[in-house]
Formats: sequence, C-alpha cells, structure tokens
Amino acid sequence: MPERFMIGTRIRERRVHAGIRQIDLAQRVGISPSYLNLIEHNRRRIGGKTLLQLAAALDVEPSLLSEGAAATLVSGLREAAGDADEATPERDRAEEFAERFPGWAGLLTEIHRRNQEMERTIETLTDRLAHDPFLADSLHEVISAVTAIRSTSSILVETEELEPEWTARFHRNINEDSARLTEGAQALVKYLEGAPNRDAEVQSPQDEMHAVLAARGFHFAELEREAAGPRAVARLVHDEAERGLSGPAQTLLNAVLTRYLEDARALPLGPFLAARRTLGPHPARLAKATGAGLARVFRRLAAMPEAESGPVGLVICDASGTLIFRKPIEGFAMPRLAGACALWPLYQAMSQPFAPLRRRVRQAGRGGEVIEALAVAVPEGTGGFDRPAPVRAHMLLLPDPGAAHGAAEEIGVSCRICPLATCAARREPSILAEGF
Amino acid sequence: MGKKVLLIEDEPNIIEAVSFILSRDGWEVKTHANGHDAMDAVRRRAPDLLILDVMLPGKSGYDILSEIREDADFATLPVLMLTARGQTRDREMAERAGASRYMTKPFSNADVLDAVRALAGT
Repeated sequence: MPERFMIGTRIRERRVHAGIRQIDLAQRVGISPSYLNLIEHNRRRIGGKTLLQLAAALDVEPSLLSEGAAATLVSGLREAAGDADEATPERDRAEEFAERFPGWAGLLTEIHRRNQEMERTIETLTDRLAHDPFLADSLHEVISAVTAIRSTSSILVETEELEPEWTARFHRNINEDSARLTEGAQALVKYLEGAPNRDAEVQSPQDEMHAVLAARGFHFAELEREAAGPRAVARLVHDEAERGLSGPAQTLLNAVLTRYLEDARALPLGPFLAARRTLGPHPARLAKATGAGLARVFRRLAAMPEAESGPVGLVICDASGTLIFRKPIEGFAMPRLAGACALWPLYQAMSQPFAPLRRRVRQAGRGGEVIEALAVAVPEGTGGFDRPAPVRAHMLLLPDPGAAHGAAEEIGVSCRICPLATCAARREPSILAEGF
Repeated sequence: MGKKVLLIEDEPNIIEAVSFILSRDGWEVKTHANGHDAMDAVRRRAPDLLILDVMLPGKSGYDILSEIREDADFATLPVLMLTARGQTRDREMAERAGASRYMTKPFSNADVLDAVRALAGT
C-alpha cells in the first residue's frame, strides 16, 4: 500500500498504544466513530484540520502521522519491542533511536519482520508435517507397500524349493504392491510440489472452498437479491466447478452458500446495513432489533462488504472442535490444519451452549494486536429424542474496542507454535518453547 | 503343533508374507485385521506371542496393548509392535504401553524371525 495511504494505520497504532477507545477519540475530534474506523483502515484519505486534531488528541506531532518513513520505523521498533520476551528495550525512546540511528533502526525492524515471516513459514510447515491427514495417510500407504514388497521379495529370493502356487501368489502380491507404491509416491510428489508457498496451498476441499469465499470477499451479491433462490446457489457452484473446483469442495460450497441464502432471506442486506449503521457492530443489539439469533447475526456481519462494515472475522467449529469456517481478520491467526488453541472463547462457548461470551484477546508471540472476540454456541438444524441437533460454535472477531472493555487475555494459535511456557490447556509441546 | 502367534495387521500382503515365514519356522499363525475387536481375538486365540501393528482401523495398537496389559491373563504376553514410524517418541509410547519389543517398517524377514524367536525364548 502506498505510504500516503498508511496514515490510518499509524493513527490506529498510536490510539491503541495510548489505550484510547475508538469511540472516545472520535468524540474528542468531533467525527463519528464509523468515520474514524474507515480512516484507521485506510479507507478514507485524511489531511488538514482533521489530521491536526487527531494528532493533538493523540499527543503526537502531525508529521509523525503523515510522514511515512520515520513513523513506520518507529512503529516497526515498537512492534519488535512488543514481541520481546526477555530483553527490555526502552520503549519510550523508540523515536529518539529511530532519529539518531535510522540505519540500525531499519536493520532491527527488518530482522523482526523476517523473524515473523519465518514464524509463519514454520507454522505452515509444522501444520503440514505434523497434522496433515493426507500426508500421514499417504506416507502410511507408501511404507506399507514397501514393507510388503520387501518381505515378499525376500521370500522369493531366499526360500529354496518354493511351491509354484506360492511363487505365483507372491509375484501377484508384488505386482499389486508396486502399483500401490507408484500411486502413493505420485500422490506425495504432487502434494509436496506445492510447498511451502502459502499462496499455493490450496489442497483440501476445505481449502478450496475457503479460497472461493476469500476471492469473493465472503460476500455474494447474487444471493443478496430479493428474488435469489436455490438456483442462484447452484449457478455459483456450477461456475466454480467450471473453473476446476473439486467435487467434495463443491459440496462444501453448496452447503455454505445455502446457509448464506437462508441468512440473507432472514436478514436482507439493505435493512440489516441500516440497522448496523444505527446500532453499530453490536451483535446483541442487532439480534434484538431484528429478532434473529446471534449466530445468524454473526454470519451476516461477516458477509457484509468490508467497505461498509470494516474488518470482521468469523470462525465456526463443530462439536469436535474442528474449524469448519474461517474468515480471517488482521491480527488473528487461524490454523489451517492443526487444532486451534483451546483457550479460544470459541471453545469456552461450546461448553455453555446459548450463553454468549465477550473477550478481548491477544495471540502470544505475534504482533501484539488486541482483537474483540464474541462467541456463542447453538444447535444447528432440528434434532430429535434419539439424535440431538449438532452444536456449532461461532466466534466473531472485531477490531479492539479498547481497554475499557476489560483486560486482554493471552491466547495462542495452536500448541505447536505457541510460546506460552505455562498453559493449562497445552496438549502438545511447542517447537518454539523447545528453542528450535 | 508349534507355538501360537497371533498377527494383528490390516495389510493383506504383509499378513501373507509374515504368516508364510513364521509358518515355515514352525509357528502356528493366526491373523486378525482390525483394531476394534482385537482384544476379543486375543482372548479367543490365547496366543503364546502377539505381533501387533500400531495403525489399525478402529483402534490404535497402543490402545489395544494397554487393554491387553490390564488383563491379568495377558499381562506377561510377549508383544512385538510393528509401526511405520520410527521416532523416539513412538518408541517411548510403545514401551509405555507395555510392548516387549518394537520394530519399524519396513523390516527384514530375518529381523522379524530373530525378534519372535528371542521373545519366545526359543
């Protein structure tokens, strides 16, 4: 993004650093909170009087917000300092350091950036190697075929006077196993050729389905029309099939879009956006005003065009804890394959169906960004006396509402890459804790 | 009739090869191909030695072995575990579950025979 468009990011960083709520800062400078939200996410250009007022309210020089290089450097230093575990950098002297030693400051921020990139790569590779069911199954298949071939061929070579029927049988077995081995090896090579580029990771049906949703910004104008029906869903799925979406991914996409259509019919776009503008991004108020359940309101908020609603993330898990829907939000990482952190409010909600939860959370070892997480678990569909309806938990993720909403809780992404040394919810050691 | 060995393994061609070499060595070989009722097979066959794969459909070899060790009749049954994994962690899991010996796939026939003979004390 060009430097001149990053003013909003700096305003947000300064505000969060100062512990000021978005609504309070907006009031101080005489603008609406939603307008400030758009500014902070670089969706509105800013200058002149408003910039001067914001700088005054944040107690910083206007140039620190408007001039990219130095401010970016200071921001980078602060981020690096925020991630420091044992070192105790003088956080309040970051600006002085950047001004006096811009070269060293640049080097330090670059090292920190590369460190974060490496952490993400490790996360990807660890997911792939330790938890990928496809990889585990393929390796098991290959090793089983090799074992059978080795054992059978040894019998053929080492056994004297082997009966002809046994010889024929073992030849046939070796032929079968060598075919299995070929298929398994080809599948492995095809799979591993995609690594480790995160953009080239579309592999599982879940990944394929999420890639389609992400490409559309999780918003489908075709399903928002009043006349939209199941045919519109079928057309969308058909179009993706034409582009190469696999059969299993089509099934998943069909289910997600059918639910989207039901949500859109229950909470049409226009009235819902109007309610959201009036009431703000508050699911409880929106649920009360519209008569819809919280889970449906969560899904509708996540389906709004981002230009209208600002950044909104959403995670849905089934009763096994498996993440079945992931709409990302900046500052909150979601594991693709591994089990997520058990401390997520998503899982706390699962233990208390119908009881909504609200938490401010920060993921340990990452950028230090605080996110507001709202979670609720509800049964999906209709159950019966013999088979109760399966429960699914939803967790809506919104930008930080500010420290006034309580202290931020430290949580992780998944155990394998979590640096929290003591955690009652840990289920396996971390490669970070082991000092890889 | 030789001593009885029960082979619990789900790959048909491995079953056939291992059964063949053990039979030729004088063992009476019985086989079973899934995990969920493996304990029933152990009780029914009452083997002198068990060869147990780790990755089985229905239940893992580690879980089956834990059940075997909880049964007083089989607490001392010699068990040779077979697995596609060879990491230290897997070996430790096998030992904790009560394996007498641990062998990583792919194995040689000679190693399997040596291990079985050693466990049977023959």
